Amino acid sequence: QEADPQKAVSLLRKQWSLYSVTPLYRFSGAHLKEYARLLGAFIAAEKQKGLAVGEGVDLGVQVTFSSLPELRGGHRDQPAVLVQLSSRSSVSPKSSDEKLVWSGCFCCVAGEDFSENVPEDFTCLPLFLANGAESYLAMVGSWFQKTFDCHFCRLSISPLNLSWMAAMWTGCSVEKNACATELLFSVPCLPQPLDISYAIHPEDAKALWDTVQKTPGEITQEEVSLYMDCLYSHFHRHFKIHLSATKLVKVSTAIASAHCNGTIKFLQSKYLPGVLKLLTELAISQIQ
Amino acid sequence: MHRKQSSKNSKQPPQAHHSNQTDLSAWRKGGKTEKSLQKHQSHNSQVNESKRDSFEQALSYFEKVQDPGSLRKNEVLQKHLATVESTALEKGLPPEAFDVLLNVALSGKFADAVNTRLLKSLIPASVIPESSLVSSVSWLCVSKCSGSIQLLFLRWLIAMFDFIDHKDQLHALYGFFFSFLQDEKMCPYVCHLLYLLTRKESVKPFRIRKLLDLQAKMGMQPHLQALLSLYKHFCPELISITLPGKMKTYFKNSEGPWKAAIITIRRRNQEKSPVSQPLLLGTTQHQSRKRKWNTQLILPASSASTTHLAEVKDKNSDLYSISESFPVEQLQTFSQLLQNIHHLELPSQMGSVLTHPLLLHYMNCIKDESIYLRLHYWMGQTLQEECTWCVVDSSQYEEEFKDFLEIVHKTECFLQEGFSSCEEFLYRSLPFWDGFCCRSQILRLMTWIPLSSFSEMKSHLYGPLAQLFFTSSLYFKCSVLESLKELLQNWLNWHVIQLDSESDSQGYSLNTTLSGLVNTVAELIHFVGWISTLALRLESSATFLLYFILDFYEMVCDIYLRYNLPLLIMPPAGVFYPALLSMDSVNLNQLCYIMYRYRTNLVAAKENEQIKKKILQFKFSSQTYQEYNQYLIAMVGCLWTSNAFQKDVHPQGLRLDEEVLKKTRVQDFKTSFNVVYHPALMGYALLFLQQAWPDDNTFNFSLIKGRKWNWYLEYLYAQGLKGLKLFIESSINRVSPASQIK
Repeated sequence: QEADPQKAVSLLRKQWSLYSVTPLYRFSGAHLKEYARLLGAFIAAEKQKGLAVGEGVDLGVQVTFSSLPELRGGHRDQPAVLVQLSSRSSVSPKSSDEKLVWSGCFCCVAGEDFSENVPEDFTCLPLFLANGAESYLAMVGSWFQKTFDCHFCRLSISPLNLSWMAAMWTGCSVEKNACATELLFSVPCLPQPLDISYAIHPEDAKALWDTVQKTPGEITQEEVSLYMDCLYSHFHRHFKIHLSATKLVKVSTAIASAHCNGTIKFLQSKYLPGVLKLLTELAISQIQ
Repeated sequence: MHRKQSSKNSKQPPQAHHSNQTDLSAWRKGGKTEKSLQKHQSHNSQVNESKRDSFEQALSYFEKVQDPGSLRKNEVLQKHLATVESTALEKGLPPEAFDVLLNVALSGKFADAVNTRLLKSLIPASVIPESSLVSSVSWLCVSKCSGSIQLLFLRWLIAMFDFIDHKDQLHALYGFFFSFLQDEKMCPYVCHLLYLLTRKESVKPFRIRKLLDLQAKMGMQPHLQALLSLYKHFCPELISITLPGKMKTYFKNSEGPWKAAIITIRRRNQEKSPVSQPLLLGTTQHQSRKRKWNTQLILPASSASTTHLAEVKDKNSDLYSISESFPVEQLQTFSQLLQNIHHLELPSQMGSVLTHPLLLHYMNCIKDESIYLRLHYWMGQTLQEECTWCVVDSSQYEEEFKDFLEIVHKTECFLQEGFSSCEEFLYRSLPFWDGFCCRSQILRLMTWIPLSSFSEMKSHLYGPLAQLFFTSSLYFKCSVLESLKELLQNWLNWHVIQLDSESDSQGYSLNTTLSGLVNTVAELIHFVGWISTLALRLESSATFLLYFILDFYEMVCDIYLRYNLPLLIMPPAGVFYPALLSMDSVNLNQLCYIMYRYRTNLVAAKENEQIKKKILQFKFSSQTYQEYNQYLIAMVGCLWTSNAFQKDVHPQGLRLDEEVLKKTRVQDFKTSFNVVYHPALMGYALLFLQQAWPDDNTFNFSLIKGRKWNWYLEYLYAQGLKGLKLFIESSINRVSPASQIK
């Protein structure tokens, strides 16, 4: 329950599904232990549904709630809440090696414009990340929906927002020999799916972006469009394919990789808050 | 983000006639079924009668039949069997039918094909009497029927288990069922049935031994394991073997042939119960397994919150709460609501109020913002996620979505208030709407868009709506006009209530000002005027369309007097002139009534101005009076003084040069639109002539003059043209026949 700086690092290098969550009603950061107990009981009850009564030997799922105060934009944001489910090994119940089977993280990075307009009975943690089996997600999600009268909604990322990510992440400085920036496009209206992968050396991409961006630290839609247009025309010169007629479905850089179906992988702890801030913004616009 | 209207008090408007008013009893029955029932009764009562007769005949046939012969040759049997099947599918079978049909099906009188069809159609309308099952079990014991029928019967029994009215006698038959375990084919189903029936006292050492024997003989069968683990759960001391845990499914699904029917019965039973129960909610979850988590439309069941934390309790308790709060599950009657209103524990998920009429009453009388906010978030997200034309691959769930929209609309009618989440949903989704999907539901939701002075409606609603309006059928146009009329009415009612509460509170809340409201209402009226003008041209002034347009203006012309809002807007010329020259007396009569009401409102406004002698905040511009007078000149000129072609001064009016008129070669063109010759009234003039001069066949309309003219007018009034009467009596000075304009 106490803050643990190592917890935030556990978000890295995992595939997260994105959800937006409406404000939680009567949620309190002071009761995380109690919530863990209730959710644990709920999951145990759910897992027994449809099974014969009373064979509960192997149902041990350990639930932990932890607060991640470092994962927020400022003091006006709620501290993030990490929910982890781990199963105890059925072979030796006493051994301490627990296996993490599912984790979920509620967070809000720089969402104060939204959260400050909400009455105090509500807690704004509009972005939810989930990793693990969907059956656990269903149980945890239902419990939250029932307990805090909130609503989970899948958060997909539009191609426009993906292009923003491509531009923003290109501009971030990373160490040498980082992996390539890769954009994945899908060609619509074909009998068979056809994907086009467009990989650029990160330093080349950054050089291009630096010529496009006028004021450092500030990005405009025009700059993003120009950047993408430059990439498109380069591609067209070589392959005679207009990428602007296709759909951008995935962006991966050394910072993070995001897919339009609403999944993301964080790769750099330094830029974690920045990426979460953008995602918080998307989540808020979906619930507003 | 959240624009909730502040008034939640009495929502009954003074003169509103709502078809969907707040009537608890109507709500309970569920408007849809009630309506369809009524229709059914009035239209098809005879058909129904004969259907019931034929079902009774079928039943008595099956009761008495002795030697039926084969199905293919026996036409009577074919007919009765079909009757039973169709009745079962349509509305389910009455309880008394089960005894007869089960007896027949299991007695082996008929061939298996008939028995199978009978068993498959054994769908209860409400419940299955236990007594009929007892006799069926005795048939089973004498094994008159084939193995496959026995199996089907067991599957039926498992599938319908929840619909059996009592289960005491069935429990008494536990031993009989247990004996069927011997049969290898029946064993899995018998295990399932026993699993459902087993109580602690059913677990006996000899039964455990039998089960273990069977397991030794047949190997580890999931159904046997299930029963054994249940026994072990009840009496762990009697069973020492370890059973493997973790089993996905123990039993085969028995519901198969009856699945759809069971869902229908559950839905029907739910509608009947006073407070809908979460029964349905469980089944929908299974129904749409294929969809991902949380993407199916489920109205949450009303249940009290699951967490009981100390602090939460503290927050809840206010001045009134004594010690315990009243759980929402127990809330069944209105008097319970009244008694416990101060310490009612609200449901953990606010979405459940939609199906809980008593909680809606509660919502109506409390002013807790968080309740509305919780509902707002949930509804906003649900509408967004389920919208069948915005979300890919969701068209198959259209019926579900329709039902949901229906429920939301009913709630709005009940609360007499629109939800802002619905407003946002409409603004978001209308640009993508095809005007067809969920049409009536969407149009009805539109009528509850809240009135606010910062109106985003122009870009969000009017734009997309106009596009659809112009490109759709006449009927769509009429229904849009109808909805906009209701929208206007809801706004005006809301305004009247605000005025009433103004005296005891601060009146308009911060973000609404009177001039803002007037502008929003005016914008709506101008929008309707514009689309009406164009629609009349597109549909060549269809009478039907004109009726809906004039219906709208019947409300517009009375805004000042009836709703106390300083606003009067005349219809555009594109509406006025088609109505004046309409071929139909209904339209003309409507127009006369509207002009009479405009006159009354304008006169009242003028008088108020003069009496108060002070500068009023709102005053009708002289342009309104001028416009009215222009129309009046045209109307009197047409209907009465026969000089409209000369006197009409409206720029889009009837004024025509003498020479042009002569070119038409119409004789007496001057009189061609007066009360005798007007195409909408000529039919009346003809009938009048026939009555006044029965022997004259020349149809000499010029005979109607002088005293006959007055008789003719009386005749018209007697034909129901009340609007014309009011108009002529108020706007035409009968002493001198010249027009007198106010």
